[in-house]
Amino acid sequence: MNDTIETKEKPMKKTSKAIKIDESIVEIVSDSGEGAQKCGVSFAAISAKMGNGVWTVEIIPAEIQPPARSREGASGIRIRIGTKEITNSGNEANLVIALNEQVPYGRLDQKAYNKNTTMLLECKWATDASDKIQNQYAEALADFKSRGINVIEIPMEVECLKIVKNARKGKNMFVLGMLCYIYNRGLDKGETQIKNIFRKKSDAIINSNIELLNAGYKWASTNLDFQYDIPVVNSDKDMVVMNGNEAIALGVLASGMEVCSMYPITPATSASHLLADIFKNSGGLVHQAEDEIAAVGFAIGSSYAGKTAVTITSGPGMALKTEFLGLASMAEVPLVVVNVQRGGPSTGLPTKVEQGDLLSTLYGQPGDAPKIVMAVSTIEECFHFVILARKLAESFRTPVYILTDTNLATGQQPYLRPDIKKDWFAPPIDQSPWKGDVRPYEWDDLTGLSKRAIPGQPGGQHTLTGLAHTREAHVSYHPNENQDSSELRSRKIAAFQKTLKPPTVNGDEKGDLLIVGWGSTLGAINEGVEIAQKEGIKVSSLHLRFLSPMEPGIKEIFKNFKQVMTIEINYSDSINNPQFTEDNRRYSQLSWMLRAHTLTDVDCYSNVEGQPLSPNRIVDVIKNKLSK
Amino acid sequence: MYGLKSDIALDSPSKYYSIENYSKGVARWCPGCGDHAVLTNMQKLLREKQLDPAKTVFVSGIGCSSRFPHYMDTYGFHGLHGRAFPVAEGIKFRRPDLDVFVVTGDGDCCSIGAGAWIHAIRYNMNMTVLLLNNEIYGLTKKQASPTSRIGTISNTTPDGSILPPLSPIQTTLGVANASFVAQTADWNPAHMYETIKAAYEHKGFSFIHILQRCPIFQGALADEQVSNKDAMVYLNHDNGIQVDEAIAKTFKNELSHDPTDLSTARNLAMDTEKVYMGLFYQNKNAPCYDDYGASNIGFTVEQKEEALNMELDKYAI
Repeated sequence: MNDTIETKEKPMKKTSKAIKIDESIVEIVSDSGEGAQKCGVSFAAISAKMGNGVWTVEIIPAEIQPPARSREGASGIRIRIGTKEITNSGNEANLVIALNEQVPYGRLDQKAYNKNTTMLLECKWATDASDKIQNQYAEALADFKSRGINVIEIPMEVECLKIVKNARKGKNMFVLGMLCYIYNRGLDKGETQIKNIFRKKSDAIINSNIELLNAGYKWASTNLDFQYDIPVVNSDKDMVVMNGNEAIALGVLASGMEVCSMYPITPATSASHLLADIFKNSGGLVHQAEDEIAAVGFAIGSSYAGKTAVTITSGPGMALKTEFLGLASMAEVPLVVVNVQRGGPSTGLPTKVEQGDLLSTLYGQPGDAPKIVMAVSTIEECFHFVILARKLAESFRTPVYILTDTNLATGQQPYLRPDIKKDWFAPPIDQSPWKGDVRPYEWDDLTGLSKRAIPGQPGGQHTLTGLAHTREAHVSYHPNENQDSSELRSRKIAAFQKTLKPPTVNGDEKGDLLIVGWGSTLGAINEGVEIAQKEGIKVSSLHLRFLSPMEPGIKEIFKNFKQVMTIEINYSDSINNPQFTEDNRRYSQLSWMLRAHTLTDVDCYSNVEGQPLSPNRIVDVIKNKLSK
Repeated sequence: MYGLKSDIALDSPSKYYSIENYSKGVARWCPGCGDHAVLTNMQKLLREKQLDPAKTVFVSGIGCSSRFPHYMDTYGFHGLHGRAFPVAEGIKFRRPDLDVFVVTGDGDCCSIGAGAWIHAIRYNMNMTVLLLNNEIYGLTKKQASPTSRIGTISNTTPDGSILPPLSPIQTTLGVANASFVAQTADWNPAHMYETIKAAYEHKGFSFIHILQRCPIFQGALADEQVSNKDAMVYLNHDNGIQVDEAIAKTFKNELSHDPTDLSTARNLAMDTEKVYMGLFYQNKNAPCYDDYGASNIGFTVEQKEEALNMELDKYAI
């Protein structure tokens, strides 16, 4: 499998045998609309199908059509592939394919490349009709070289024009061909992929794309003097590959939920797009409401009268839904709320990652509004947690929140094909007669649990109210009734907490430092911690999936470490600035919670740069913390 | 009587529902409040239609009128201020088999809930909507509402309100896909009953604007409205709301208006001198959003399993 594929034409440069490597990070960057993401997703799928570990991250500009050839318009994708499972987007890229010389600057600003990066650069700009563009190209080229980047200029446009009239559409498949050569992927796999992604298009379109693929492959094999091989570990297990929003949507289908009520918001909307499509075959409906408030109100109405419904949104939508979410807690309406977090506050960073909604999710409502809050940390969990959330919402008669983020929403990762269980799917709506002596809120004294009467159940008539209420669902007029019912709703959360297991420590169960994380940072934190461990540092990590209630035994785990800190993607005051003191420091969100929950001096590192954390950053944070 | 529960006699062969089967508790509205008349009429309608209390849902927002579901022995949803419509839509979308009623007030519907109201009209889902408009905020103790007349003295407008009132009929008629728009008043309960009945029988979003008295905060207005018989015009047409002769005679004025004529309906709604009672507009063929909802539910677990497998195949590697 390590042999290069023989090409018929005699190579201009001598092609040595492919170099075996463990992993590689590739980026394709371009203006919007040049198909970089389609190319990258195809390359990732080919690699995953061969058995490589894969993780992809989309590089998304804020506008649909940002100015061409601009730093802020950088659009594209990063693909990290490896022999082993890949759990995060990694450090600096090994290879970048840039369709103009300006877009790489957008990524250089984000420290995505370094002197070990090779850049394959479209060179048509060197001979552009505009002197200005020619100069820009020359300047950038010199600058990239001065940064130590190995730049290879490639006449992609010229090569593509030999096949198609408009090279803007099609260059991406030429690039895919080059990648197939460079990473020794085999042209047949590329062809299969093209037939799959263009299956709804005409044969002529499919054939011209295959021609472009072949041309890219041939050009690379003729002109490039390097080729890599990333060995695969063959597995007989069935795998699927998708992004987090797709996994959420399939999870909704698998949970048996039938109504998804939403309002368009980045980066959550794509989950609803997929649902709208697949509900046609599974029974179910996506309602695009007039606003975020109506979206959750509609979901609550639907849940109240039938099966648990889901609403999928992001931070600003969560803010608007707040009052209804309080009603769901107060009136005990089962509901699943998916929050695909982005940078906040306000409109913030719509296309960038942040874990900034933890505290607002937990404490966003007026008064006490108990709820279950879970955070997914892998694409696979995006699927399975939705099924769990639906069950918990029904069993505990409560809203259940799933926190995911931009990083997971657009990232792709292979995972074990789910083994479908019949009991995942919600049973039909209960319409059996309601037992006469059971009140609408027949709270169990110990657990606070009660069964709900669904409209249509004879004898279950009652008026649900968001006012403080009694077991009869009557408006409460006595002080101790609100005290008691508030406590009973809280007891449900305690009852659920007793069913949870303590989280598992990654690494030794005692040491100098424990890193605590939640959500999409799992892969990067573990990888960073493992690098540090190999260097002899006594550091372990702990990842939390449940934030309300928190998993048991956390304080006990903390006691075995000299220091504890969280690493998160949200804001915290840096202790390096003299303005911030122990007296006024604002901590990152999980850190606040853990300090209160465990009475431990939990430190934090966090930032709001809008980027996924890299393993190297984690290592730096660990070393920095232990050097003090 | 004779040691038998009345239910036993009525249980077989089929249950007959009486007013008692629909009423619950003692309404806590002020004496003289128009809400009482609406409640009585609604219970009468449910009895006449013999609606199953277990399959009937009253949805409301917040305000005096929104306490309504608490006095009906049906299912009820007393939710958030201004948000009755989205909840009712969610119920109807998933459960087209249920009869859904929405009770709302002028603050709840025309102020805080105006956005949801506009879209509810356009969705045209099959539900009966009663807007109880007393032109004032009652529960929060006398603030001007969007429907208050110019010069209304209230706690937030001590020198009198300065803006012209929003007309709920005019607004509703301005929205695409409006399908049933009628007006009645709490002091003419017989006309109100026929109006609610016609609204219930219409398939779509049946909107009834009920002119209403608040004896506590709008006492003078209430007296003026009831006594100003010259302003009231009975809309009389074969396609309109039919009332018997005795009721028709209570109106001094009448006008023949074809409720399929939207343009005339809009002109009548803009008339600030006269108050038209009856059916302004009806379109029996307007598309209903809940028809779309009902068409795609009820798949079996096996069908869902198959659909999921099909989807997973697309992502298989």
